[in-house]
Amino acid sequence: MTENLLEVHGLRTEYRSDGRRFTAVDGIDFTVGPGEILGLVGESGSGKSATLRSILGLIKPPGRVEGRILWRGRDIHGLAPSALQRVRGAEIAMIFQDPMTALNPVLTVGQQIRESLAAHTDLSASDRQRRAIELLDLVGIPAAASRLDDYPYQFSGGIRQRAMIAIALAAKPALLLADEPTTALDVTIQDQIIKLIQRLAAELRMSVILVTHDLGVVAESCDRVAVMYAGRIVETAPVATLFRSPRHAYTLGLLQSMPVGRSPRTPLPFIPGAPPRPGDSLNGCAFAARCAFVGDECRHGRPETRHVGLDHMTLCRRAEALPAALEPA
Amino acid sequence: MGYWRFVLRRLLQSAPTFALITVLIFLLVRLLPGDPASAMLGDRATDEAVARINASLGTDLPIASQFLRFLGRLLSGDLGQSQALHVPVTELIGERMPVTLLLAAYAMVLATLISIPLAFLMALYRDRPLDIALRGAFQLGLSMPTFYLGLLFLTVLGAHLRIFPVGGLGRGPVGILYHLFLPALTLALGLAAVITRSLRAAILEVLQADYIDFARAKGLSERVVLGRHVLRNALISTVTLFGINLGQLIGGAVITETVFSLPGVGRLLIDAIFGRDYPVIEGLTMCFAVLVSIIFIVTDLFQAWLDPRVYR
Amino acid sequence: MTVDTVDRRPNRLQPPLIFGTAILTLMLITALLPQFVAPYDPTRFDYHATLAPPSLAHLFGTDMYGRDILSRILWATRIDLQIAVFSTVGPVIVGTLIGTLVGYYGGFADIVLNRLVDVVVTFPFLVLVIGIIAILGPGLTNLYIAIGLVDWVFFARLARAEILVQRRLDYAHAARGLGYGPARIIFRHLLPNAIGPIITYWMTDMALAILLGSSLGYLGLGAQPPLAEWGALIADGKNFMATAWWITVFPGIAIVVAGFGFSLAGDGVADLLRRRE
Repeated sequence: MTENLLEVHGLRTEYRSDGRRFTAVDGIDFTVGPGEILGLVGESGSGKSATLRSILGLIKPPGRVEGRILWRGRDIHGLAPSALQRVRGAEIAMIFQDPMTALNPVLTVGQQIRESLAAHTDLSASDRQRRAIELLDLVGIPAAASRLDDYPYQFSGGIRQRAMIAIALAAKPALLLADEPTTALDVTIQDQIIKLIQRLAAELRMSVILVTHDLGVVAESCDRVAVMYAGRIVETAPVATLFRSPRHAYTLGLLQSMPVGRSPRTPLPFIPGAPPRPGDSLNGCAFAARCAFVGDECRHGRPETRHVGLDHMTLCRRAEALPAALEPA
Repeated sequence: MGYWRFVLRRLLQSAPTFALITVLIFLLVRLLPGDPASAMLGDRATDEAVARINASLGTDLPIASQFLRFLGRLLSGDLGQSQALHVPVTELIGERMPVTLLLAAYAMVLATLISIPLAFLMALYRDRPLDIALRGAFQLGLSMPTFYLGLLFLTVLGAHLRIFPVGGLGRGPVGILYHLFLPALTLALGLAAVITRSLRAAILEVLQADYIDFARAKGLSERVVLGRHVLRNALISTVTLFGINLGQLIGGAVITETVFSLPGVGRLLIDAIFGRDYPVIEGLTMCFAVLVSIIFIVTDLFQAWLDPRVYR
Repeated sequence: MTVDTVDRRPNRLQPPLIFGTAILTLMLITALLPQFVAPYDPTRFDYHATLAPPSLAHLFGTDMYGRDILSRILWATRIDLQIAVFSTVGPVIVGTLIGTLVGYYGGFADIVLNRLVDVVVTFPFLVLVIGIIAILGPGLTNLYIAIGLVDWVFFARLARAEILVQRRLDYAHAARGLGYGPARIIFRHLLPNAIGPIITYWMTDMALAILLGSSLGYLGLGAQPPLAEWGALIADGKNFMATAWWITVFPGIAIVVAGFGFSLAGDGVADLLRRRE
């Protein structure tokens, strides 16, 4: 394996509200290789979005970020604003969940592409215009040239998400952070967008961190996957490995509650209980209260990362008690 | 395209408003107790004197034909003769209006120059001492009547410190701007207090929007994020308020002109009231209403230009 | 996940409300019993002490006739508080009633009201009031009438909007479903729920009335001499600004404090109503 593009060490992100602190991300480590698509999976509130926002320095005070975020070997956490601006968009870009709220409603799509180009390239005004058309074309928007002067509200949901991707890719970033890019879309459109991201990653040799709560999306598009629960990454593995033999009870529960491959009209298994709320003080494994395989050792101390196979890590102390492989249902 | 169609529609929409304004002003002068003739002449007026005035004003005709005459004159741009000065009202207004318009425009520019930077400062340093102090100052400022603020400026900066002139219009563009500075500032501060408060709240709201995070994630400089993305969206909700308060500003000009002894239409109105000069009062009120309507139209058009979702 | 920015301080009396109410209470006491609060007779001339600067004998100095400024300001509280209350009480009641009925029944009345609102906001408030006073003649009573003729429109607009919101809520449907008559629905159910913003606006409006009343007093269109009114007091002193600043400065401070009191109380009430929800 070649050197990692992004290495995150001990990332902790805290929000503050009402004078109380909430830990959104609770000390996580992960890496992204060149051209790799990493899936980041978990329920809402597990800290996925906060992780992405922390990478780009988008956590606003009084929120706080700790840890090291190495981009091509350089720590970009706590960079001066001007230096951070040269990384954002140009090297690491980000797209958001809802293109309706993430695109500026009063600027045309063309304006929103051109301002990225103006910030990161030396292109002349006419070249920026030409490049903007190319970008809309690249993301598969029909009649690209005629849509540059349209406002976001004039697009349909799927086209809007394509436009946001085009804007994000304007300055040819090497890593795309995609924060649930399909959640706000119609089911029929979701697949198209995922395919588009895959295609672009391959064509532009771009890495992607794809945040989602949909394991189906992960199975379809990712190389590696990290499962988050209550602000920690509980398991990391190549996609095939994780789906075949999960080594964390939470991952196992998630996989079992997928409807894929089950016969119709059979009830889906679900994970009983609810995840701990941010701010709850935890002793032991955060999942212990809901876990079917819980043991005494799970209730005390902070779980540490364990290697359980090639490129396969888990926080679960009872990994060996789990079934060796997920039976096909 | 879409925008110009919106402009046309907005102009057409204001037609009934103008019609109602005309009717209202006409009725106001005629239906309220106290008729012009006896008000002008006092208690000891003779009957024939009253009749003469009524004939010259046309107030002896039935109300419907009075209205038609009023309307006909209005459409031909005739607002009648001043009873006190014996010159056409349009001429009087034409002489005085430039001063008032200049004063109002000057105040508008000052208010904008004050509110936009302050609103950003207050929003970015939210709940810090600077923000709290300015909020308190504006709250106090809103409780301060225009004429009092004007008198204080006039006395302290004019008479005592002699930084600014205490009267007159000055000569040449620089001289005029210098002489009008204190009255314009007096008017501007009240407007700025309202606008800054609203703009600060709008900026705080916009700063929470996803598209601001997206703009930052694109690597735009903070100057572009604030000046382009935040300001434009925050202005949308503030522009309407700005328009409404600009209308009130024209009213404030009446007082400011009195305090600073400026020869604008405000002074003309007060003089006309004390002189019971009804045609002048009627004409001026009409002028103010039209002026404010135009301000409202411009405001709406500006808002639509800022926010394309308004006209589609 | 986004940062939670909603302020959820515990439900207790906030400083603005306490401070605002305190100012208004002091004003009320002064207005009701000026003779006990004021150190001098506000109309007594003293030719031995004309234009006297602030001193222990005359805290705020004296005017050109030797009248005690502090006493005149305190007596004027009565007039200015009257302006605040008398010129707004009618508009609040009439405007709220009309707005409520229009909001509930809608139809043609709704169109008329909306047009009227459009027109009234087109006039600078001050110009309209001055225009009416021009016809009725200067004086306090005419000031109340002039403000009242215009001001009710704003309350009608507000009440209409509030009733429209309340009407659409479930409980209103439920009340109709129970077969209650319109009067009972409007006055027992809708209005009590819509009254909060109206009261809040009333507070602001009283502050505005004081500003307007004193402005007209300054122009000589409001309270007429010998009545002491803050704006008229300022006008008395405007020719002495360079030599006897205290004649104008102190009544102005009284206006600012009164306006501040009303807006603080208004903010406090609004805050209280928001928290109650």
